[in-house]
Amino acid sequence: MVKYISKRLLYMIVSLLLIITATFFLMRIAPGNPFTSEKKLPPEIEASLNEHYGLDKPWYVQYGDYLGRIVQWDFGPSFKYESRTVNDLINDGFPVSLALGLEAILFAVAVGIVLGVIAALRHNKWQDYTAMIVAVFGISVPSFIMATFLQYLFAIKLGLFPVARWETFSHTVLPALALGATPMAFIARLTRSSMLEVLSNDYIKTAKAKGLSRGAMIMKHTIRNALLPVVSYMGPLAAGIITGSFIIEKIFGIPGLGSHFVLSISNRDYTVIMGVTVFYSILLLVSILLVDIAYGLIDPRIKLAGGKKGE
Amino acid sequence: MKKTKLSLLLVLSLVLSMFLAACSGGKDNADGDKGKTGEDGKKDAAQELRINISTEPFSLHPGLANDSTSGGVIRQIYDGLTRIGKDGKPEMAAAEDVKTSDDLKTYTFKLRDAKWSNGDPVTAEDFVYAWQWAVDPANQSQYAYQLYYVKNGQAINEGNAKADTLGVKAIDDKTLEVTLENPTPYFLELTAFYTYSPVNSKVAKANKDWYKDAGDQYTSNGPFKMVSWEHSSKIVLEKNENYWDAANVKLTKISMDMINDGNTELNMFKNGELDWAGSPLGKLPIDVLPQLKSDGSLHTQPIAGVYWYKFNTEKPPLNNANIRKALAYAINRKAIVENVTLGGQIPAMAAVPPSMIEENEKGYFKDNDVAKAKEFLAAGLKDLGLSDASKLPTITLSYNTDEGHQKIAQAIQDMWKKELGINVKLENEEWKVYITKLHSGDYQIGRMGWLGDFNDPINFLELFRDKKGGNNDTNWENPKFKQLLTDSQTESDPAKRLQMLKDAEAIFIDEMPVAPIYFYTNSWVQNEKLKDVVVSGLGDVQFKWAHFE
Repeated sequence: MVKYISKRLLYMIVSLLLIITATFFLMRIAPGNPFTSEKKLPPEIEASLNEHYGLDKPWYVQYGDYLGRIVQWDFGPSFKYESRTVNDLINDGFPVSLALGLEAILFAVAVGIVLGVIAALRHNKWQDYTAMIVAVFGISVPSFIMATFLQYLFAIKLGLFPVARWETFSHTVLPALALGATPMAFIARLTRSSMLEVLSNDYIKTAKAKGLSRGAMIMKHTIRNALLPVVSYMGPLAAGIITGSFIIEKIFGIPGLGSHFVLSISNRDYTVIMGVTVFYSILLLVSILLVDIAYGLIDPRIKLAGGKKGE
Repeated sequence: MKKTKLSLLLVLSLVLSMFLAACSGGKDNADGDKGKTGEDGKKDAAQELRINISTEPFSLHPGLANDSTSGGVIRQIYDGLTRIGKDGKPEMAAAEDVKTSDDLKTYTFKLRDAKWSNGDPVTAEDFVYAWQWAVDPANQSQYAYQLYYVKNGQAINEGNAKADTLGVKAIDDKTLEVTLENPTPYFLELTAFYTYSPVNSKVAKANKDWYKDAGDQYTSNGPFKMVSWEHSSKIVLEKNENYWDAANVKLTKISMDMINDGNTELNMFKNGELDWAGSPLGKLPIDVLPQLKSDGSLHTQPIAGVYWYKFNTEKPPLNNANIRKALAYAINRKAIVENVTLGGQIPAMAAVPPSMIEENEKGYFKDNDVAKAKEFLAAGLKDLGLSDASKLPTITLSYNTDEGHQKIAQAIQDMWKKELGINVKLENEEWKVYITKLHSGDYQIGRMGWLGDFNDPINFLELFRDKKGGNNDTNWENPKFKQLLTDSQTESDPAKRLQMLKDAEAIFIDEMPVAPIYFYTNSWVQNEKLKDVVVSGLGDVQFKWAHFE
């Protein structure tokens, strides 16, 4: 186990280095820089800004400096927000995105699994159809339409929740629903199909034949096995949702990390692009690792070291 | 089996009816909302204003700010030597009096007894400190060039002189003497601009990070003071009891949300969560403008800004003035503002907005003058030795990726094809890629907008003074035009000076290095109980005098 994890950590560092390198160079190839605007700066001011931020140095020096700073977890100042460092942006934005993401995941997992299980147990009955229609809507309606719709219905028409902003719990409900709708639908469908598969297995028949109660059979033998695909979906989902969704954050005016991730690119806010990318990558790599470990815990048949070779 | 079908039908019809209900609800809602905002006003007699400023400001240090969001906050919390008054003219603010020397190069300001929000007195030294700080290259101010009018400003900023040689001196605590590089007829407009704001030197010298957060350190001398700043989320201002003119400040609190979505902003307004939606600090979605206009809630005000198409005058066939004029005359601007932009914009047949030169509402030529355009085209083709417009190579029209710009470009492409038979190809790029190409001259026709920083026609003309001037982009230059601008600088008679600028503009329009399309407007909806918000001709908003009825 220790050997496996340390090997995986090594891979993670290599992947991270590749990501940093690719981002760094793609970013510099893109025309324009943080100071480009319709009101062009006098050349002398631009030169002094470049000097101040080290943008006048050769690329390999900048690249080396940058790697050095990442190791110390110092991503530098933001170009777009003079009073803020990239670390500030992450420290302020991430907890917000995390809270919103967790709320959305909680909703997605709870409702998704329940819907999926009901659909599978009532296969081809009206409960199944209802659940799957809800799921189809969840998957096919894009989050920005869902968000606008929720905002319109629950905030403007019914006045149950505020339209936007991030202050109290009631502010978080609509964005969490909008963000969680698609994964919820996906989880419902995933649960349903793997439940159906598991239910048709011989050991379920054996369990039934042994006279096991329906409840025990479902809880012990079915759901546990049926949730494996859901768990593997959780890793990337968690990373994706927790770092924040640009669209949901924009529509609901939430000060999360997702908007920085997208806007930094059009702003050419070099340090923010790099900082948020590195942060996001680490989150993604770690969550994938956690999922792999969780696999081993849920299903003892999967040997971690062996599983790796198969990949 | 029958039963399952039945239940399926039931579910489907349920879902459908839910959606239909939501859709049909849209129409009667508009009326309901009006009632809502109306009622809301009563509750707000508390004199608390809620607005949206869209994004986190770049910086709330007056010397570093360089964008409209930062400016929108700083204008409420700082007081310059002058302030743009309700009539759009500069009036005395932190200074109570000013004397100008005969050579128009020295201004002596007498400061009034005023205090910073922490109780410190506002002194002449605070201005000296702030201006020197902003031009000091070590402080990386991107707007340092706003201070180039002050003697040695540019030299200091370029590292060729020491910061203390700047032409600003504290004669005593209440007397400030400013020496200019050249006579600058609009200098009192400039002193109202935020780069010229004072900074509490006592606080700033003690803590260089004083401006990065709200708190004891953040001191200001304006009508309001900042009490909290949740980054990327919200800024809260409260009335500054130490302000010299506090008796005329009625609002007790302004909360500024940072919501970067026009639809959400409007929804919040309709829901009574905001008192103002739209320009100048927020934005309204274009597609709702006609409806807001028809129900009478839309406010529209022209601002000093122009949307134009720049011609690269070194790329054939656009190096020919007749061709450029043919293209400019053939545009039907009225059709564009009425059918595409929808915000009550004003067709532009001049370079300087009507708020600065009134006659420019009519402009120098007739909108959509196809007959004249055809004459110019014929003359242009003759110059080029071509028999027919179809022999002209396809011209590329570029714009930055945006639905609004795209619609305008498509309309104009169509007009040029239909009226002149000229083939035009459209090309769009992401904003910074586009700007880089435009600044480096890698384009034929490109769209651009320009907003004035202060209320003077020079703002729009000086762009084209030098071929390689930073924002010219057209590669156009004209010695007579240049001379007129230079002469206007030293002309002390305002009427004569204005005439010089008009003459320069006439030359510009005659050579047509850009085709003006329309003058910008600000459009917004507001709580109708809110009065005396001043939106200047430059599109800046001030809440100093605002109040709820």
